[in-house]
Amino acid sequence: MYEKILEKPRSFYDNYPRKDGDITVTHYCPGCGHGIAHKMIAEALSDLNLAERTILISPVGCSVFAYYYFDVGNIQAAHGRAPAVATGVKRANPDSIVISYQGDGDLAAIGGDEIMQAANRGEQITVFFINNAIYGMTGGQMAPTTLVEQKTTTSPYGRNPHNEGFPIRVCELLSSLEAPVYIERVSLHNSAARAKARKAIRKALQVQADRKGFSLVEILSGCPTGWKVKQPSDSLDWIEKYMLPYFPVGVFKDNTEKAEPFRYIENVPPKSELPKLIDIPMEDKVVQASMADLPGPYRNPRIKIAGFGGQGVLSLGVAIAQLGLMQGYDVSWLPSYGPEMRGGTAHCHVMVSEHIIGSPLVTASTVCVAMNKPSLEKFEKELVPGGLLITNTSMIDIEPTRKDVEWLPIPATEMASELGNIRFGNMVVLGAYLQKTGLVPLKVAFDGLHIFLKAKRFIPDNEKAIQVGADYVSKKLAGK
Amino acid sequence: MTEEKIDRGKIEIDVDECKGCGLCIVACPVSVIEFSRDIINKQGYHPAQYKGSGCIGCGNCFYTCPEPGAITVYRLAKKQS
Ligand SMILES: Cc1ncc(C[n+]2csc(CCOP(=O)(O)OP(=O)(O)O)c2C)c(N)n1
Ligand code: SF4
Ligand code: SF4
Ligand code: SF4
Repeated sequence: MYEKILEKPRSFYDNYPRKDGDITVTHYCPGCGHGIAHKMIAEALSDLNLAERTILISPVGCSVFAYYYFDVGNIQAAHGRAPAVATGVKRANPDSIVISYQGDGDLAAIGGDEIMQAANRGEQITVFFINNAIYGMTGGQMAPTTLVEQKTTTSPYGRNPHNEGFPIRVCELLSSLEAPVYIERVSLHNSAARAKARKAIRKALQVQADRKGFSLVEILSGCPTGWKVKQPSDSLDWIEKYMLPYFPVGVFKDNTEKAEPFRYIENVPPKSELPKLIDIPMEDKVVQASMADLPGPYRNPRIKIAGFGGQGVLSLGVAIAQLGLMQGYDVSWLPSYGPEMRGGTAHCHVMVSEHIIGSPLVTASTVCVAMNKPSLEKFEKELVPGGLLITNTSMIDIEPTRKDVEWLPIPATEMASELGNIRFGNMVVLGAYLQKTGLVPLKVAFDGLHIFLKAKRFIPDNEKAIQVGADYVSKKLAGK
Repeated sequence: MTEEKIDRGKIEIDVDECKGCGLCIVACPVSVIEFSRDIINKQGYHPAQYKGSGCIGCGNCFYTCPEPGAITVYRLAKKQS
């Protein structure tokens, strides 16, 4: 004659196998607000029938393991980056329900800009923001939401606004933005407040299900451990006494009535238009050329080119990729900028392939071009055995340590200097590389200059440089 | 047979899933949950337990309990006519 009215929501797993810990209980401390919020979210997902298409992004923080509990699609994101991951997931799967679950350290400190930009873009996601005024996971350090005078391990005398600023009110900040549709702050400190929290959680999810836009619920939540209260239930009084006066609960923004259901605007240009739009003169060709005529080690090169910032290593990479493209291969070019731009070594990754290239990152290179000494030292070890190592001996007074590779030394800088400008050194190397491997005919390289060379007046000089590099290799091969 | 008042609700607390935080005890409007001083569960806590009568089936304890499956709430079924 009694019927079950409330039991563990179906959107939780039956149990929670993990490395250590009892698989029937969560890893949270007794009385932790995360558990309460989890239950409300799980219940809402079940009741609204959303679990099947929900993807939950777990943060870094005590709730890092949320994926052990929710029987939904789960992804765990780097600290503060859940809104960015949620953005990608939602845009790739517009029919999914995407939840970014985050603590206050995660959301308001390291991820402060992530959440602001996601809210400002009006991402179609739901954010559950657990504000417990502290970094729980790492042992109770001060968070951006830590209250004035609150003692934490990093504010042992209490937060002092003169030193540490005032606590950040996230709802107030975000509700000043145009795009967000629904923003509410709720609290878990007593039954009436929890009833409102349940309602807000449902509403936020419903907003997303109705495609109305960005929704966020901030949940004032207990951290009995971090707050060092005597017994877990004291954390509820703590919320009421300290958090509520500074973080008023309530609705900060609600445009759900007015907001039109959202549709991703498909103003993507047709693929055939892309080359024109981004100023690539070539058709977007399917790979159609073959390297069957090339000696095995020279086929499908994975190239690392490195040198000083001014040596034209990035443009040498662009040139090789462009020529590969002209020959009908799939190509990629990945520059590595960085402090190197101002003096160390700059480098780029280049691939030319008969096959579709999956990732442009070159790790085990088959060709290494070292234009200076630090580059040789840094990159020769990445070469596969039998790979091709081209060194600019004008700038490198040591021999490679690798003896299991093919070594092509060439005094490129000096040769370029004889042509009138040391900056042509990269084209000398290009000529040498093409002559050595036969990847594309020199004729194509000369044509290519008209495309990849920005300063057209230097075309004749660069042509000469390519030729000089090629001749150097021919003579060497002829045994001269 | 018995003239005893029938409770509107009742709860079950899973001894081993309870972490003894006491939040449900504070939340119960009719104070029918208590710590079991004589039981230590497998996690090492004194779990909360139902006093056995007086529950009104309000659900407050359920919504304050951080453990997904520790509390189950029942309510007296309406008599079918
Ligand atoms: C990039 C990076 N920086 C710092 C950390 C250390 N760290 C882990 S959790 C955390 C803060 C968690 O606090 P909060 O988001 O409030 O979550 P809570 O644990 O309180 O639920 C920090 C700083 C990290 N894991 N990664
Ligand atoms: S440290 Fe705080 S937030 Fe983390 S599990 Fe414990 S009570 Fe919860
Ligand atoms: S359902 Fe309500 S009355 Fe019954 S034990 Fe829980 S809180 Fe108390
Ligand atoms: S709230 Fe849950 S975990 Fe805490 S004492 Fe009650 S039943 Fe146990």
